[in-house]
Amino acid sequence: MRHPIVPALRIASRAFVAIVGGYVAAALYAATMARWLPMPRTEAVMTGMLASFAIYAGVAIMAFAVGSATRAWIWLAAGCLPPALALCLSTHGVFA
Amino acid sequence: MKGGLRQSMAFLHTWAGLLFGWLLLAVFVTGTTAYFQDEITRWMQPEIKGERHLVASAEGAVDYMRRHAQGAETWSIQLPGKRSVAAMGYWKEKGETYLQWRDHAFMVDGRGVRVDARDTTGGWLLYRMHFDLHYVPVLWGRWTVGLAAMFMLVAIVSGVITHRRIFADFFTLRPGKGQRSWLDAHNLGAVLALPFHVMITYTGLVTLQAAYMPWGIAAAYERPADYHRELTGIDAAPTRSGTFADPAPIAGMIAQARARWNGGDPGFIAILIPGDANSVVKITQDTGTSMATRGETLTFDAATGHMRTPPASRGGAAMTESVMVGLHAGRFAPPALRWLYFLSGLMGSAMVATGLVLWTAKRRPRLPDPTRPHVGFRLVERLNVATIAGLPFGIAVYFIANRLLPSAMAHRAAWEANWLFIGWGALLLYVFLRPPRRAWIESLSMVAAAYAAVPAVNALTTDRGLLRSLAAGDLVFAGFDLSMLVTAMGFAFAAWKLHRRPLAPVREARPPRGDIA
Repeated sequence: MRHPIVPALRIASRAFVAIVGGYVAAALYAATMARWLPMPRTEAVMTGMLASFAIYAGVAIMAFAVGSATRAWIWLAAGCLPPALALCLSTHGVFA
Repeated sequence: MKGGLRQSMAFLHTWAGLLFGWLLLAVFVTGTTAYFQDEITRWMQPEIKGERHLVASAEGAVDYMRRHAQGAETWSIQLPGKRSVAAMGYWKEKGETYLQWRDHAFMVDGRGVRVDARDTTGGWLLYRMHFDLHYVPVLWGRWTVGLAAMFMLVAIVSGVITHRRIFADFFTLRPGKGQRSWLDAHNLGAVLALPFHVMITYTGLVTLQAAYMPWGIAAAYERPADYHRELTGIDAAPTRSGTFADPAPIAGMIAQARARWNGGDPGFIAILIPGDANSVVKITQDTGTSMATRGETLTFDAATGHMRTPPASRGGAAMTESVMVGLHAGRFAPPALRWLYFLSGLMGSAMVATGLVLWTAKRRPRLPDPTRPHVGFRLVERLNVATIAGLPFGIAVYFIANRLLPSAMAHRAAWEANWLFIGWGALLLYVFLRPPRRAWIESLSMVAAAYAAVPAVNALTTDRGLLRSLAAGDLVFAGFDLSMLVTAMGFAFAAWKLHRRPLAPVREARPPRGDIA
C-alpha cells in the first residue's frame, strides 16, 4: 500500500472528520443541551449554541492530533454516541 | 502525520490558514473599518451638517411619513447614535418585502428637516461586506464567512499549540532576515493581540449562531419563530381595526423609554400599522448604550402613548450572548477603546497577511528552481499581492467614487460599490501581468497614491476639505482625511522598503526544520 495517493487520502479523511464530523458533533451536542439542560428552554437552546463552536473546533483539532485517520473516526464516533443516545431517549418519551 | 503533535498542528495551522487566508484577510480588513462605520458614513454624506438632536430628528421623521406614507404597513426610524447626526426613516407598503426598504428611505437632520444627501451606502457597505460579502445571496455569503471564521478559530488554536515560545515572541522582531523576519512579524501580530483574536473569532461566530447552528432551536421548538418570540419577549404584530386614531407624540414615548433605561438612548423605532387605532410603537434601545448589545424593545400603544408591560429580564445564557455580540461589534466603545479595537483589527489583518507571505517565503528556498516556481506557488504569490494590496486599493477607489460620481446618477450607491470591485479587479489583473517582485512594489505604490488622492479629491469637490475641517475643529472629517494620509504613508513606506531591498540570493535548500509555517 505505498501508492503516492495514499497520504493525500489520509489527509482528506482527517479533513472530512474535522469539517463535516465536527459540524455534526457540534449540532448533536447543541440539540441535546437544548433538550436536557435543566433551565428555561430559551436558556438551554442558547447555551447549546454558544458551546457548539468550541466543540466544532475541538473535533477539528482532534482529527489532526490523533495518530491516524482511523483513530480520528473512532474518536468522532465515540464522542457523538452519548448525545445521539440522549436525543433518541428524549424524542421517544424519556424526556428530562 | 509524522513527528508528533507539534508537527501535525503546524500542518493544520498552515493549511487551514492558507485555504481561507485571502477571504479571512478581506473579512478582517472590512471588519476593522466597521469600527468607524458611522464616521465613514458621515464623511460620505458631506451634505449633512449640524448637531445631533435625537428627539427632533425622530419627530421630523414621523412628521414626514405622516405626510408621505399614510396607510403604509410600517414606519421605521434608525435614530442617530452618539457618533452620527442624521436619522434615517423608511417605510414599507403592503406587499413589499423588507429588502425594498431603500425605495422609501430618507434622511432627517438634527433640526428635524429632510436633507437630500448623495445616495451612498457609506461605511455600512464595508460593514455588510464583512459578513455578507457582495454580489452573492446573503445566505451564501454568511455561510462562507462562517466557515472561514471556523477555520480561523482552528488556525488560532493549532497555532498556539504548535508554538514554542509564546512569551518570548512579545519581544522578538529580527528585521531584514527574510523568512525569519516574516515569522517574527507574524508571531508578534498574533501573540500581541492574541486575546483579541480569540475573542473576535469566537464572538463573530456567535453573532450569527442561530443561522449556523439552528439544531438546538429545532430540537426544542415546533417553530423557530416561537423561540425568537420567547427570547426577545416581543409579541405578535397587531391587526387592523379599520378605525383611524391619531398617534400620541413620539417625544413622550421616547421620554418613557429613556426613564426606564436610566437615560440610555433609543436607537430604533418601528411604528406598526400607523394611523390605525390598534397601532403599536416599538422602541429599541441603542446598541451603543451598553456592552450587552441586544437592547430591550419596549412596546407602546400608539393612540395613547401608554407603555405596555416590559419584557422579562434576560437569563444568563441570553445575557452572555448579548455581551459576546457586544464585545465583537464594540458599539459601546468610547473613543480611546474604539481606536484600540481598530488597531487590534489592523494587527489581525497584519497577522493574516504576514501568514500568507510567510507561506511563500518559507517555500521559496526549497523550490527545485527558485527562478521558475511551480504553478501553485505562483498562484499563492499573486493572490497574496492581489488581496493585500487589492482590497485596500478598492476601498480607496470606493471613497473617491463617492466624491466623483454625479449626484443625480441612477443606482448611485450601487455604483459606488461597483467601483470598489472594479478597482480591486483592475489591480488583480495588473498583478497577474507583472513579475512578482515588481507587482509588489508597483501595487503598494498605487495603493499609497490612491489613499493620498482621497483627501485631495475631497478638498476639490466639497467645502469640507482637510484645512477647513481642521480650522472648524471638525474631528470626524479631519480625522478621516488624516487617516487616509497616514494609510498612504504606510503603503508608500512598504513600497519603498521593498524597492530598496536587494533581491534575495538563491540559497541552498535546507531540510524543513519543523518550524511553524
